[in-house]
Amino acid sequence: MSATSHYTSTGLDNRKIAIWAFIGSECMLFASLISTYLVYKGRSITGPFPHEVWKDPSTGHVFKPILNIPVTSMSTFVLLMSSLAMVLALAAVQNKHVPKRTLGDKILGSSKLWLFMTALLGATFLGFQAFEFTSFVHEGLTIKTNLFGSSFFTLTGFHGAHVTAGVIWLLTLLMIDFKRGLTPDDALNVDIAALYWHFVDVVWIAIFTLVYLIR
Amino acid sequence: MATTYHPGSDLEVLTPYTPSPTPATATVHKSSLWSWITTTDHKKIGTLYLFTSLFFFIWGGVEAEIIRAQLGGPNRHLVSAEMYNQIFTMHGTTMVFLAIMPLSAAFFNYLIPLQIGARDVAFPRLNAFSYWVYLFGGLFISLPIFFKLAPNGGWFGYVPLTTRTYTPGLNVDFWVVGLQILGISSLAAAFNFITTIINLRAPGMTLMRMPIFTWMSFVVQFLIILAFPAITVALFFLMMDRFFGTAFYDMAKGADPLLWQHLFWVFGHPEVYILILPAFGLVSEVLPTFAKKPLFGYPVMVYSGILIGFLGFGVWAHHMFAVGMGPVADSVFSMTTMLIAIPTGVKIFNWIGTLAQGQIRYTTANLFAIGLVGLFTIGGISGVMHSSPPADLQQTDSYFIVAHFHYVLFGGSIMGIFAGIYYYFPKLFGRMMDEKLGKAHFWVNIIAMNLTFFPMHFSGMLGMPRRIYTYDAGQGWETFNAMSTGGAYLIVVATLIFLFNFFRSMRSGTPAGPNPWGAATLEWTLPSPVPEYNFATIPTVTSRYPLWEGKDVDIESARINQQGGKTAKQLGIVLPYNTIKPLLVALFLVLMFCGLLVGQRLLIGAAAAMAISLYAWLTSPLEPEHH
Repeated sequence: MSATSHYTSTGLDNRKIAIWAFIGSECMLFASLISTYLVYKGRSITGPFPHEVWKDPSTGHVFKPILNIPVTSMSTFVLLMSSLAMVLALAAVQNKHVPKRTLGDKILGSSKLWLFMTALLGATFLGFQAFEFTSFVHEGLTIKTNLFGSSFFTLTGFHGAHVTAGVIWLLTLLMIDFKRGLTPDDALNVDIAALYWHFVDVVWIAIFTLVYLIR
Repeated sequence: MATTYHPGSDLEVLTPYTPSPTPATATVHKSSLWSWITTTDHKKIGTLYLFTSLFFFIWGGVEAEIIRAQLGGPNRHLVSAEMYNQIFTMHGTTMVFLAIMPLSAAFFNYLIPLQIGARDVAFPRLNAFSYWVYLFGGLFISLPIFFKLAPNGGWFGYVPLTTRTYTPGLNVDFWVVGLQILGISSLAAAFNFITTIINLRAPGMTLMRMPIFTWMSFVVQFLIILAFPAITVALFFLMMDRFFGTAFYDMAKGADPLLWQHLFWVFGHPEVYILILPAFGLVSEVLPTFAKKPLFGYPVMVYSGILIGFLGFGVWAHHMFAVGMGPVADSVFSMTTMLIAIPTGVKIFNWIGTLAQGQIRYTTANLFAIGLVGLFTIGGISGVMHSSPPADLQQTDSYFIVAHFHYVLFGGSIMGIFAGIYYYFPKLFGRMMDEKLGKAHFWVNIIAMNLTFFPMHFSGMLGMPRRIYTYDAGQGWETFNAMSTGGAYLIVVATLIFLFNFFRSMRSGTPAGPNPWGAATLEWTLPSPVPEYNFATIPTVTSRYPLWEGKDVDIESARINQQGGKTAKQLGIVLPYNTIKPLLVALFLVLMFCGLLVGQRLLIGAAAAMAISLYAWLTSPLEPEHH
């Protein structure tokens, strides 16, 4: 892109500055969502609750704690691994012209493979989330049920929407890679997508800790 | 640090005070409608912002006049109570989001690239997108008033009043969705300006050499990107509650009524500084020029602006003293509020210091700038009164508050913006505004403004609450309300003088020449109106006031730039293509939001159309390839 050849005060590309400003803004978005979740924690009048058993006084039905920490730990692991794949994808694009001798070099140097892996791991995380959401609904927790339901589904839903946008972004890069091959000139495009992707991951670490792990 | 001023140096050569006899090149404004619709030029987009926001300023003004006509005497029934709710809600919403913010955006667009020595903003198409989202979003939230469907929950939309239970109907839906749309416009513009200021400064334009308007704009962009997410989330919750029945603001399900207030004011107080800092920046450009002195204490002005922005995030709950947060929270927010008065006071003293011992020229622009210094101080002082919770409990929700924020918004923001318009009009249109009419505007305006808002202090202290649509006689409010209404009618006269002067001067004002005021910053090295490429050659900057410091100025660049009259092609400058795509994306985005109110089919159709046009935008090149 011609934009990169312009003179800039910092020597950095405009898009790099803009993505950092965007991430700063996103921090405030998730800070507001997470604060709301924490403020409303323990204030729901009726269950089901995240960590406690609840017996519905009118029906006598007993709801077990809704959060399934082992399953979500797995999806968290999947998402963290996607960040690793993202790092490898960027490195592969940056080192496109470095000759690859061994099979290991060839595998590590395949931007298509690592972009695909990142997107696949992201999509797997989304699959876990879809499973989680549907099982919660089956257990009796919807976005309308109580304060916990509203704030939980909105917070994790916002995060899931960000992951979805990231997966579409990665698949677009993968498509370009198949069409004409990404070169070190495209590294910035991948770099920006990577910054976004890592940010979405870091936000999930905060959500996983504050929502799932801390009682 | 030392910014010495050398009177009578090369400045005279570069910047003749006498207007050039040749008529200004008015090519910018003769171009076709299509070129305006598809433009990516920051100057044209700035001009679009200016006209659109002036239009909404008048729209909001008409709403204000209806309010004042209704309240001019006891038991008047010009409009019904229900209609009155819609009008005062839309007056506040219009003035904050559709008039003052975009009036500032007009100056951001026009001036920032010129002041830092750039050819355009960092993302020209995103800039066009911001404008079109603003225009369509503004119409989306404004037009329902003709169908008696305008928002009616007050400009800060407190829950639970604005939930579906208490305000059914489309009115608040338009507000919730409309503000989301306008937020997108502000955020997109802010990312753009932050990148522009960080990355597109001319060689030598260090941060501490940047003109103070650009500095204040820089602070404002950070306020926007950090404050708007909070209202986005608050509005999203309300939208979910209203459309999908979630529990965020449902007290029956244990919700906290203060959640909205906290989220809203975490945005709302920085918003106050988003509205005033650009005006502070404009005044800090105007006063030095007309005092013929560099700005007094430039670094302190910069730091106090940053400090105001920083502290602006720590004072929000002073809007909520009356809700009973308890002594600890009240004390903390009381103290931070008193603290923020310090950097603001520093600015006032620095402006006075700038004027002191200067060779002051009382042009219209300067009168408005001095007007801001005086009137904002009155509003600032009543603001500090509110920082004390016991005093605030007496004043909250009364007309005293209305008096306070009109002194900071009308006496501050609007006066500063008028100063900016008179000052930069020659740069925009190549012609001078009429000074006699300008001064008439100033004097009628300042008398009218004080006649309108000063008596509100008294009606408020006598117990008159905000937002009432009428009142009974015999409570001691009649005289003060009659005065306010008389003043409001006089503001109409002032505004008509301004509009007459504005449009007449656009066509037949005296040609201005590059630097009619003898000002010192980079934008005045360019012809008026500015050619589409801005700088024929990018200057090297060596000081804060390049045109005043003869020994330092990049004379060669200034001379080339001042000549003008050449096309970008002749100079070999590559400009971005004109394109309709940002407008299309903005249009489909707003239609998608309409779908929330109208139905799923529109929502999905518009979302698909938006995705396609966005893809077309992102895959088409910004400008021709160059080598």
